[in-house]
Amino acid sequence: MIAKRIIPCLDIAHGKVVKGVRFEGVKEVDDPITLSKRYSDEGADELVFYDIMASVENRSLFLDVVSKVALEINIPFMVGGGIRTLEDMHACLKAGADKISVNSAAIDNPSLIQQGAQRFGSQCIVLSMDVLVEENGFARVMKKGGREATDLEAFAWARKGIELGAGEIVLNVINQDGTKEGFDISLTSAFAKEFNVPIIASGGAGNAQHMADVLQAGADAALAASIFHFKEVSIQEVKDYSRKVGCIIR
Amino acid sequence: MSQSWIMIDYGVGNVFSLMEALKRCGIDCTLTRDSQLIRDAKVILLPGVGAFEDAMNQLRKYQLETILKDKRDDQWLVGICLGMQLLYEESEEFGKHQGLGFLKGRIVKFVDPSLKIPHMGWNVLNQNQQSHPLLKNLQSDDRVYYVHSYYASEIEQKMLVASSDYGVDVPGIVMNDHVIGFQFHPEKSGQVGEQLLRNLKEVCV
Repeated sequence: MIAKRIIPCLDIAHGKVVKGVRFEGVKEVDDPITLSKRYSDEGADELVFYDIMASVENRSLFLDVVSKVALEINIPFMVGGGIRTLEDMHACLKAGADKISVNSAAIDNPSLIQQGAQRFGSQCIVLSMDVLVEENGFARVMKKGGREATDLEAFAWARKGIELGAGEIVLNVINQDGTKEGFDISLTSAFAKEFNVPIIASGGAGNAQHMADVLQAGADAALAASIFHFKEVSIQEVKDYSRKVGCIIR
Repeated sequence: MSQSWIMIDYGVGNVFSLMEALKRCGIDCTLTRDSQLIRDAKVILLPGVGAFEDAMNQLRKYQLETILKDKRDDQWLVGICLGMQLLYEESEEFGKHQGLGFLKGRIVKFVDPSLKIPHMGWNVLNQNQQSHPLLKNLQSDDRVYYVHSYYASEIEQKMLVASSDYGVDVPGIVMNDHVIGFQFHPEKSGQVGEQLLRNLKEVCV
């Protein structure tokens, strides 16, 4: 059967990889091309690139990095951040991306998901969602990188996104993001049970066990950034551990 | 006949990664829809991502359906992902549509409700034909990267080179004489994928 995926995530700004804690205190870490090649060679199952400064002036710089990375790697490659139009999607795919992640713009204009899926296929359109679990348990969808609240509830939004044609979901739980305390197991597990598309868990990876835990809880893939960037744990260590506890791993 | 490899340029899917992967494997390939280049080629690669009907319409729009159907017996035709599905007789993706008909069988949808669709991710490539030249240097637990919602069914078993288990036995590599199909994406399948492309280079002589 299909293997669970381990996915390093690279947040890109001004052509560099950055990683912040709870989206603040952004810190520069490495050259994206070197890092991508390293992850691909080390056994990453997929790569994710987010353009966190998705302004017009930075877009061409970002796309330039995307195409250079695409030359170097031989694994699937998802690109997101500031994707607002079909033309944005097309530009990323043309630069060498395999999948497009949409987030805030899809909240403002859900038909973007449908248009993207019709033109490029559902397998290509990933709905990424930043979710804040509030004290009363309400899972609120946030936008603009987690800075702005919406009225959307996470399950309702995911269901709508899938109906519109999203082929995969990235569930990033803001409460956990950058904490290194582990993923939100209960929400991720509930998502995996509820929906018939792959769920990529995001937010909170601090060690190999966290990754394995969320995969065992039903996530199809686990995404992490800083623990890989800062070499706190290698992709192989995560894979070895996950395999040992019973996950199917490439 | 020239020694050239060409990839059919018919506006279906992103061929950038495939072209780069071929280059890394030492295969010099030209992206074209020029009928003479296609007729002269030694190896014709048919890529594709998206919907079956759209892809067939694109082939017809550029008068490529006839050129492909009239290919010489000594020309290799290699379909990848949707390109492989087009090699079959028909597809039931959004209605019934005729394919190129090089291979017997039809393209059908995964129906097991307990399985996520698309079949997306890294699956073990089971070797149906031991020591097949396309599988040279592959291990029995090697995985390849699939992304698809439809698969080839009712195929002739003797043409099945390798397959993967996803509720049903999903044909991964098929081959009949000079026609080859890869359902997964070798260009996205890491080192295993590159080995498969190098094997393809050795087979297509």
